[in-house]
Amino acid sequence: MIELENVSYGYGGQTLFSHISLTLAPGSFHFLTGPSGAGKTTLLRLCYADLRANKGKVRIFGQDAGALNRDEVAMSRRRIGVVHQDCQFLDHLSIAENIALPLTVSGRAHEAAQNLPELLNWVGLGPQANQRPPELSGGERQRAALARAVIVSPDVIIADEPTGNVDWEMSQRLLSLLIELNKMGKTILIATHDLAMIRATKSDVSARVLRLKDGQLVQAGAEL
Amino acid sequence: MKALLELMLGDPQADRAVPQTGMTVRLTVFVAAVMAFLAVITLAVSLTTNRVASLWAADLAQSATLRLPADPATADALLLSALDVLETTPGVTRVRALSQDEQQALLEPWFGPDLPLDALPVPQLIEIVTDGDDFDVEGLRARLSAQVPGAILDDHTAWRAPLLDAAARVRLIGWSVIVLIGATVAAMITLAAQAALAANARIIAVLRLVGAKDAYIARAFVRRFTLRAAGGALVGTLIGLGVVSLMPQGDATSSLLLGVGFEGGEWVWPLLIPVMAAIVAFFATRAAAFRRLREQT
Repeated sequence: MIELENVSYGYGGQTLFSHISLTLAPGSFHFLTGPSGAGKTTLLRLCYADLRANKGKVRIFGQDAGALNRDEVAMSRRRIGVVHQDCQFLDHLSIAENIALPLTVSGRAHEAAQNLPELLNWVGLGPQANQRPPELSGGERQRAALARAVIVSPDVIIADEPTGNVDWEMSQRLLSLLIELNKMGKTILIATHDLAMIRATKSDVSARVLRLKDGQLVQAGAEL
Repeated sequence: MKALLELMLGDPQADRAVPQTGMTVRLTVFVAAVMAFLAVITLAVSLTTNRVASLWAADLAQSATLRLPADPATADALLLSALDVLETTPGVTRVRALSQDEQQALLEPWFGPDLPLDALPVPQLIEIVTDGDDFDVEGLRARLSAQVPGAILDDHTAWRAPLLDAAARVRLIGWSVIVLIGATVAAMITLAAQAALAANARIIAVLRLVGAKDAYIARAFVRRFTLRAAGGALVGTLIGLGVVSLMPQGDATSSLLLGVGFEGGEWVWPLLIPVMAAIVAFFATRAAAFRRLREQT
């Protein structure tokens, strides 16, 4: 699905990480951990072509991400659902309209009528459908962001600290939704510094845990 | 055609994705209205000047004046000879010697009403009306010099050429002003569109995150600015036409200021102004949007 091969990235003369390789196979589940500032978000942005690697090669669905034109990047984003820590909603639209946005921009707005009610129920936001994003709690916003990420049934879901702003109970609920998606065959990549959350999933999913530290990506082990 | 139809009908969902920004809305509508108003006035003056100059030039082109020497001893003989020559000249449709009263009226603005025309050696004037096609000025001059010594034929070329030249310049100035107005509209809309795009940078980032192509994002801005410019220009055009209709009307051939406005097919031009404003806005916004989106990667 997504491959990083000897990828290096830095800016302002500073190297954030170098010679990183990573393969997200279809149906796999990955956690990406590491201290704040290690470059987790940057690594995720490389995976959905929001940034271009300084060195090395990023392949998204078999295509060289560095060679994609702007329309091709947009098309690849339609196959990748992204959940941001700050959700990134359009505050002047309702939650339902925000969730349906990926369908709207891809000319499939008519599909929202049949998908949206089911999706809102799945994330437990049926009653909040017509509210604006600022009127929702952190957990509700995260669930809405997850719903938006999956409404076009993407092949890959990338989540950046999806449980960063929610309590333990809500983080478990979000995680269970992601595990459910993985069981439906979706490839999942989650960046988090919450090791307890990772431990809690051990019995439910076979996840690979990667640690980004000091510019290198390694398989996490003993600390888990 | 399909793209134009889509632009006019719009996509309500896409339109809602980009919020209205009040400042750019008012600025676009206001400037488009003012520019359309100025364009209507410029068009009216330019077209009227052109029309009146053409009328004058046409009148002058189909007439000539023969002036006979002011010698009382030979005046009658010369007049008869001149009339004889003129009446047998191809292309001359009408010949008329001006009466004493008419000559007096012509001189009155310079010498007053009490001019004793009988006591002065005033040359006899003959008005010649031609069909314009078969009339050979040089041939007539040759015959007159042989048969009517001292007669001077004025075919009005000296009057007509500067008049047509002046009219052509006024027309050129008018179209130059309209082109400048179009360029100003394009520049203003480009600035307003860039401001709107910059103000919506976060929204554009979100739209890209969920897979929106540049064309989709640009369309929301292009449609909005095109409709605003067309709407503003329509209002400005209607106000301009209202002002033109209030101009004093009269015989435009006697005074340029009487009859400023549009006639017949000329009405198409002011009606095209809102359409032109929309076309200018469409391309200006589209260029600004794609340039901004390229920079905002």
